[in-house]
Amino acid sequence: MVQHESPTVFAPWEDPEQKPLIRFIDVTKRFGDFTAIENLNLDIYEREFFALLGPSGCGKTTLMRMLAGFEAPTEGTILLDGADIAPVPPNRRAVNMMFQSYALFPHLTVEQNIAFGLKRSKMTKGEIADRVLEMLRLVRLEPFARRKPHQISGGQRQRVALARSLAKAPRLLLLDEPLGALDKKLRQETQFELMDIQEKTGTTFVIVTHDQEEAMTVASRVAVMDHGRLVQVATPDGIYENPNSLYVADFIGEVNIFRGHARALGDNRYEFTWAEGKAPFTAVSERDDIPASGPCSLAIRPEKIAITAERPEGALNAVEGTVLDIAYLGSTSTYHVQLAEGPVIKAQTANNRRISRRSFNWDDRVWLSFTETAGILLPGHE
Amino acid sequence: MNLRRTLLIALPYAWLLALFLVPFGIVLKISLSDMALAIPPYVPTLDITAGWAGLKEFFSQLDFENFVFLTEDDLYWRAYLSSLKIATLSTLITLLVGFPIAYGMSRASDAWRPTLMMLVILPFWTSFLIRVYSWMGILSQQGLLNQFLLWTGLISEPLTILNTNVAVYIGIVYTYLPFMILPIYASLEKLDESLLEAAEDLGCSRLQAFWLVTVPLSRAGVIAGCFLVFIPAIGEFVIPSVLGGSRTLMIGKVLWEEFFSNRDWPVASAVAVVLLLILVVPIILFQRNQQRQREQEQ
Ligand SMILES: Nc1ncnc2c1ncn2[C@@H]1O[C@H](COP(=O)(O)OP(=O)(O)OP(=O)(O)O)[C@@H](O)[C@H]1O
Ligand SMILES: [Mg+2]
Repeated sequence: MVQHESPTVFAPWEDPEQKPLIRFIDVTKRFGDFTAIENLNLDIYEREFFALLGPSGCGKTTLMRMLAGFEAPTEGTILLDGADIAPVPPNRRAVNMMFQSYALFPHLTVEQNIAFGLKRSKMTKGEIADRVLEMLRLVRLEPFARRKPHQISGGQRQRVALARSLAKAPRLLLLDEPLGALDKKLRQETQFELMDIQEKTGTTFVIVTHDQEEAMTVASRVAVMDHGRLVQVATPDGIYENPNSLYVADFIGEVNIFRGHARALGDNRYEFTWAEGKAPFTAVSERDDIPASGPCSLAIRPEKIAITAERPEGALNAVEGTVLDIAYLGSTSTYHVQLAEGPVIKAQTANNRRISRRSFNWDDRVWLSFTETAGILLPGHE
Repeated sequence: MNLRRTLLIALPYAWLLALFLVPFGIVLKISLSDMALAIPPYVPTLDITAGWAGLKEFFSQLDFENFVFLTEDDLYWRAYLSSLKIATLSTLITLLVGFPIAYGMSRASDAWRPTLMMLVILPFWTSFLIRVYSWMGILSQQGLLNQFLLWTGLISEPLTILNTNVAVYIGIVYTYLPFMILPIYASLEKLDESLLEAAEDLGCSRLQAFWLVTVPLSRAGVIAGCFLVFIPAIGEFVIPSVLGGSRTLMIGKVLWEEFFSNRDWPVASAVAVVLLLILVVPIILFQRNQQRQREQEQ
């Protein structure tokens, strides 16, 4: 008998009763006169899988190092379980970190590296050996247990680092780009392993990644950072469907951006003029910061744009263009369509037919259309 | 192309042959000869003009008499043992002094490192002999050290340091300290800071991290430094003869006396050959250590 339980939605951040596990209060970190983290406020809850996304140098590692205890905030406080962690040295924090550079001990074997933290705990020899074996199995490194780090490949090293940080089953696990060096298949498997571990142990994860898909797959919430600031913190679908700024829309996934002028029509509907002499688009937005009449941008994901040979009957928003380029990505294709007004728009369709029977080809005239709720209206042009 | 390669390989061997093997052969030959009042002060000497018979005659006169003699007079093995002891102990002291210095240097800020490095190398700019002689001025009864200690009131009678083994230890430690510091510094400098952070992250205190990470990772440097001090210290002769007393027994001193005071070249050569044989073991071990280190770095 199959039971269908409706899973209770995990969203402690929406529950005001919940106490966060980690709390950043007005945290600023400066190196000399360079500000790496600027006035950051953030709550991370128990059992969360929290992903940090952002361009290189935006302060992700610095944030993690403050949690692990290797950097002290210049200003502000970090609370763990409600207590200030500033006076707690790294070796007394129930926090383990997987280093971006792996930091494996070169004089120890893979096995000894994984056992290193366990030996500092009160575990017996037998328990340690069992745990090490479990970890080796998890990252599929049993055949390499006796090798030194310089005798294994880059991806294998990364897995040793991951296993070493997981071994102690800490309350908070910090993973700095844990899967970057793995091939796609192994990466996906490890992602699911991580989620599995998280479910079993209830560990809270903070993970840095450059791979948006990874963040989308594993994370309960995603934080997008820029220049030491949090730009948006939301669930993966929230970030994707409702980015709060052009920066986030542009950073996460592919997006087409029209810059133009919005005029309120009432009822959350807006008329969006983006090129002279062109029929304006209609967009719906529930944001309250859209000007009644003023500069705005419209961001639309490629997969939300339909591509047809004729102008679809009754479509509110439609433009005509010629196919400039077709990027075949296996399960989907992205059409780059040149509009007469200048911009090139990307539209994505699923490849549910064989490639030889594709409906459109280079230089075909096509119509692009989208519904009034497909686009995201954002104030301003930046 | 092939010629170039052959030449490239042959050159270091030719160098080794000319500067090591040939002199060693000569010393070995002298050690098998007998002392004589002549110039040179030993027989036989090879006379090529006598032809084949001369060569036979020459070899028939060589024997191991001098080596047997070394075992009969206990002066020699006592000198060897005493040298080993002094070299071992002073290597240990040099390590105890040198490691913290190297550690401090590797932890100093980038701006300071070149200066500290200069300070370590600076003594090499003055002649070794002058530096050893100047220690006489420091360690003697009326020397700077005694004057200073008397002035501070720590002692009321001047200490006798010069011409004792203590002075020899001071001299050796002082002279060879840079040879200990430099290899240790080289290995500590390469040490990745994040390894210590990882150790702390996994539950080590600072001290534990030092023992479990810093020490093992600087081992190759420590071993290299120890050999670089130990090997020359065993045969050291200037320091014991300048700073040591009449009771300081070191094989280098014995060698010198046999050679210049007694003019017994054959016995002196036998002493030198045995010394070399004793040193072959640590030298081979040293080479192994260096090789292992190179392999690890790949
Ligand atoms: N010890 C330090 N001294 C001076 N500046 C530092 C130091 N550590 C980090 N920074 C600076 O702080 C900024 C943030 O660094 P951080 O390592 O957190 O970036 P990141 O987001 O992890 O980048 P990446 O994705 O490339 O790893 C960078 O501009 C970096 O140069
Ligand atoms: Mg980083």
